[in-house]
Amino acid sequence: MAANAETLSAAPGTRRSLAPGLSIGLSTLYLSVIVLLPLAALSWKAHGWGAISTSQATAALRLTLGLSLAVALVNAVAGTVIAWTLVRDRFVGQGFVNALVDLPFALPTIVAGLTLLALYGPKSPVGINAAFTRWGLLLALLFVTLPFVVRTVQPVLFELDREMEDAAASLGAGRFTTFQRIILPSILPAILSGVALAFARAIGEFGAVVLISGNLPFKTEVVSVYVFGRLESGDSGGAAAASVVILLISFGVLLAIGALRRWVMRHGR
Amino acid sequence: MRRISLALLIVLLLPALASGASKDTKLTLVAYSTPKDAYGQLISAFQKTQAGNGVTFSQSYGASGEQSRAVAAGLDADIVAFSLEPDLTSLVQKKLVAKSWNKDKYKGMVTRSVVVFIVRDGNPKKLTTWNDLLKPGVQVITPNPFTSGGARWNVMAAYGGALRSGQTPKQAVDYLGKLWKHVVAQPISAREGLQTFLAGRGDVFLAYENEAVFAQKKGQPVQFVIPKATILIENPIAVTSTSKHPTEAKAFVRFLRTRDAQKIFAQNGYRPVVPAAARGFNFPTRPQLFTIKYVGGWAKVEKKFFDPKTGLMVKFIGSSGG
Repeated sequence: MAANAETLSAAPGTRRSLAPGLSIGLSTLYLSVIVLLPLAALSWKAHGWGAISTSQATAALRLTLGLSLAVALVNAVAGTVIAWTLVRDRFVGQGFVNALVDLPFALPTIVAGLTLLALYGPKSPVGINAAFTRWGLLLALLFVTLPFVVRTVQPVLFELDREMEDAAASLGAGRFTTFQRIILPSILPAILSGVALAFARAIGEFGAVVLISGNLPFKTEVVSVYVFGRLESGDSGGAAAASVVILLISFGVLLAIGALRRWVMRHGR
Repeated sequence: MRRISLALLIVLLLPALASGASKDTKLTLVAYSTPKDAYGQLISAFQKTQAGNGVTFSQSYGASGEQSRAVAAGLDADIVAFSLEPDLTSLVQKKLVAKSWNKDKYKGMVTRSVVVFIVRDGNPKKLTTWNDLLKPGVQVITPNPFTSGGARWNVMAAYGGALRSGQTPKQAVDYLGKLWKHVVAQPISAREGLQTFLAGRGDVFLAYENEAVFAQKKGQPVQFVIPKATILIENPIAVTSTSKHPTEAKAFVRFLRTRDAQKIFAQNGYRPVVPAAARGFNFPTRPQLFTIKYVGGWAKVEKKFFDPKTGLMVKFIGSSGG
């Protein structure tokens, strides 16, 4: 949900709209129905703030936030490298790999969890047993958030003017300097967009992590599972309260990433 | 505008036309997910009887608590079947099910089961009693009783098992605390628990006998032990007071308590509520079997153990992890 708000509000609208009043009206209506009203209703339902002040809740909150940030950072690097490979390199089966990137989105996440458990669980055929630990959680979240950074960076990289790089090279810049001074400033806003999306997705993920984590409070229980537990034991007010808190924190992080991106776009080039 | 009202008229009239055109009755069954296969078979068997002739079903399956909340929130249902009684009593409180729902010969129940230990093939750790689960190094898997209503049967089986072995209520609570220190994964539901266990985690998985039978039927390399002292699980069913076809709905529930229908339940691993239907099946009795009444009844137990804020289990599940 928060991810939608982020992308929509931050879509770079440099071109003048033909009917500004109409488009603003439509966007507002759409955003209200799809995002704002449900969120307002959620806040309305939230009561019993005791549900989020328990040590179990704060442990779940801290774990979820830490994991989501870690996942976003890892994906920032890995996603950029993959996008680079897909745009700049030519190799056999490139179209195949390109399609592969989106697959984590198509797989129902609970199936993803099951698959990861079989692959990286106690009976792992590759000898990696990360299930029921925080590493397992990290793995599952990396899996479901992989496409974001790749897909935000790819088109920007594709449009990038290569003459700039050639010019830099002819002026004696090494490959690293060229990357740092020419390429990175251009793709950084896109990386940050991807990071924001990956972060938001990781915060709310349920299906992929619920099997592989073992859901041990204070150890591997994430917020979505904690909220589910509250709901299942009849405390829907507490569940809503916990959700509101995680949404507010996420919103803060997303705003910060958005501000950082605008700053980069203004000062980076 | 005129076109819209015309379309509206057609939409409004359609159901009336349809119901006038045929005598078919459609019943909605809202149930918890484990007996899904059984109900599939039972519905086709019912349709072959005179009472079931021309009755069709729409079926909805999900977690017991979730299904109960969906009906409370307005999901249409003629028949509701849950894993445990509190999910049904909450509908009685909302006047969606008549107060007299459990005033029949079967006390409103349609199937039974017992809590068992699902263990690895050959039972390598020799786990047969509740105390065995506290042996050093034994890893236990049970769904979290706060995410899985059904897992509350497990907690009560363990608690009652301790009482049966001569412990005081206070000691039995201590036993639960010690047991949860051996819990190494708390999946959100019974089916997820089975997946976790089959993936190689844990030495014992606390589950229902019907789940164990299900796993064995699927050829999984597990066996199960019925501890000497364990709880008799009873699953409730009721016709809603909002049902538009109460006669047919009641006929279906009546059918479910016939010997033939109960046999189908038995084939799916459930213990029948009609004793004669159990003939030919292997449902061993246990000398120290007890019901939920023995540990205080659901109302008392829900408050003492499972209140999301003050329940005893809140603390225990937080200290799990062996």
